[in-house]
Amino acid sequence: MSTSGMNQMTAWLRDPNPTSRRQARLGQAYMAWLRMRRNPLAMIGLAIVLVLLVMAAFAPWLAPHDPIAQNLSNRLLPPLSPGHLMGTDDFGRDILSRILYGSRITLFIIGLVAVTAPVFGLAVGTVAGYFGGWTDEILMRITDIFLAFPKLILALALVAVLGPGMENAILAIAITSWPPYARVARAETLTVRSSDYIAAVRLQGAGPVRIILGHVMPMCLPSVIIRVTLDMAGIILIAAGLGFLGLGVQPPLPEWGAMISAGRKYLFEQWWVATMPGLAIFIVSLGFNLLGDGLRDVLDPRSAGR
Amino acid sequence: MVKSLAGIALSLLFTFVGLLLVTFVIARIVPIDPVLSILGDRATDAQIAAERLRLGLDEPMWKQFGIYVWQALQGDFGISIRTREPVIEEIARYFPATLELATLATIFGVALGVPAGVLAATRPGSWADHVVRLVGLMGYSMPVFWLGLMGLLLFYGILGWVGGPGRLDPAFDMMFQFEVTPHTGMILIDTALAGRWDMFANAVSHIILPAGLLGYLSMAYISRMTRSFMMNELGQEYITTARVKGMPERRVIWVHAMKNVMVPLITVVALSYASLLEGAVLTETIFGWPGLGSYITDALMANNMPAVMGGTIVVGMVYIGLNLLSDLLYRLVDPRART
Repeated sequence: MSTSGMNQMTAWLRDPNPTSRRQARLGQAYMAWLRMRRNPLAMIGLAIVLVLLVMAAFAPWLAPHDPIAQNLSNRLLPPLSPGHLMGTDDFGRDILSRILYGSRITLFIIGLVAVTAPVFGLAVGTVAGYFGGWTDEILMRITDIFLAFPKLILALALVAVLGPGMENAILAIAITSWPPYARVARAETLTVRSSDYIAAVRLQGAGPVRIILGHVMPMCLPSVIIRVTLDMAGIILIAAGLGFLGLGVQPPLPEWGAMISAGRKYLFEQWWVATMPGLAIFIVSLGFNLLGDGLRDVLDPRSAGR
Repeated sequence: MVKSLAGIALSLLFTFVGLLLVTFVIARIVPIDPVLSILGDRATDAQIAAERLRLGLDEPMWKQFGIYVWQALQGDFGISIRTREPVIEEIARYFPATLELATLATIFGVALGVPAGVLAATRPGSWADHVVRLVGLMGYSMPVFWLGLMGLLLFYGILGWVGGPGRLDPAFDMMFQFEVTPHTGMILIDTALAGRWDMFANAVSHIILPAGLLGYLSMAYISRMTRSFMMNELGQEYITTARVKGMPERRVIWVHAMKNVMVPLITVVALSYASLLEGAVLTETIFGWPGLGSYITDALMANNMPAVMGGTIVVGMVYIGLNLLSDLLYRLVDPRART
């Protein structure tokens, strides 16, 4: 795109009198982007998340070795050995390749949790908030009960009964992480429930299902999305914790938490086996935290001042 | 907004029964024979029959749940498969170690987190503010078990500044069992009470690292919250008044503003204390710390379901108890919440 075309586009985006709904929305998004670009920490977070996405998408091309094939003559090579930038583990597998492939597993887990738990929480929260009364009381009590459990311990107990494995780990994490979304969605629903536009829709004869799905839920989405971004890091940490305890993704799949657990035996002699995957977890969850923090400042004006 | 004490007690009871309902569902409704999951597959027919009777498995489901709640209220979480001891007695033996660790970590977290948060709030946008924010976010992003391993590698393996895994050196461990009466189960208090200062010093060298690392996590949370509460207070008019009167800034912040920051901060400290119990699950396995976290994870590995569920219920109860405690303290500190 040429420079003048670029200028025309920013002018169109900045237009204070938008002529279409699309222009208004894109203009809003552009302003939010400008505000976020001023926050260096948020931009670092965004960069980390983008790198993670690229790593996951192009793992087969980026990885120098097979992540699972064992080569016992090359076991426990230190970092910066020829061909093995981060060294090798106890089966002679290249740690860098395993970390690259592991990003797919991490993304898969957060992706699945991030589409299931918020949807369930959104449904519970909007229904509770819209109907009020006994429905509200019962649903919110159930939510409180789940909040009374520490997440990791409940996830542990669930996986202990369901059996270890990636699917059960995802299920356990989703079951433990929906209550905050229900709370957020309920709070938002309470503020829009008695507004005029809802009354107007109701007078036109819309039923509760239609009102909740079409007119209440969209209003709750921004706060829920911010909450999801802020929770991503927590999801990564719990998944890694389950993997570390041997309850999550099973070997030989290169899950980061399980890789740390495998390197624990060699901690004092071959430090890199446990250190490298831990660094990956740390950097990725820091990225999500920085991004979520920045997004909240930009999208949620109420908390921006604080 | 103000709930009466009876209301608090009622919602407490409700949450407690709900907690038991969740563990009941996890343990019973899942398609696994509860008797076999409790006794293991080497149980004799007579044992199985006795266990069926104890759990009331021939009764309807709601009655089974009633039996379950009744037993839990009496502290009966079943018998540990591994040791054949009541789960509650084992937990009572393991719990003080976790309590000691979490308490010390919370003390670290408050002692560092509150001043850091105040510093950031009084100079928003300065480099100090950014450092506090970044250090806090790093604490949020750290996998606690990895942090523990790195701490061991650096401070124990390379520098040799602290004791390794366990609560004492092996040599002291033997002596401790024979020469010190465990009044509280907390090693620092017990050795101090016995006047064994050599053992006390050794125990300090072992607890300092796990407590410090958990303390860092709690500091991350407390400093962020303190910053936000403090900034909120500093924008209030009574602060401006105090400043206009010529009151020294230190007094404005630490006496006038702090009094109001304390109120929400109590809840935050209670929450962080509770989340340390959770962090302790993974930290304890790293440091060979014989606490509730190790107990639960060991039981998990050995398929010892009564122990896992008992531990889960106890942690949940501590959570509820801490929430209640912060509710009550709230009333004590904030006169507005009393009426």
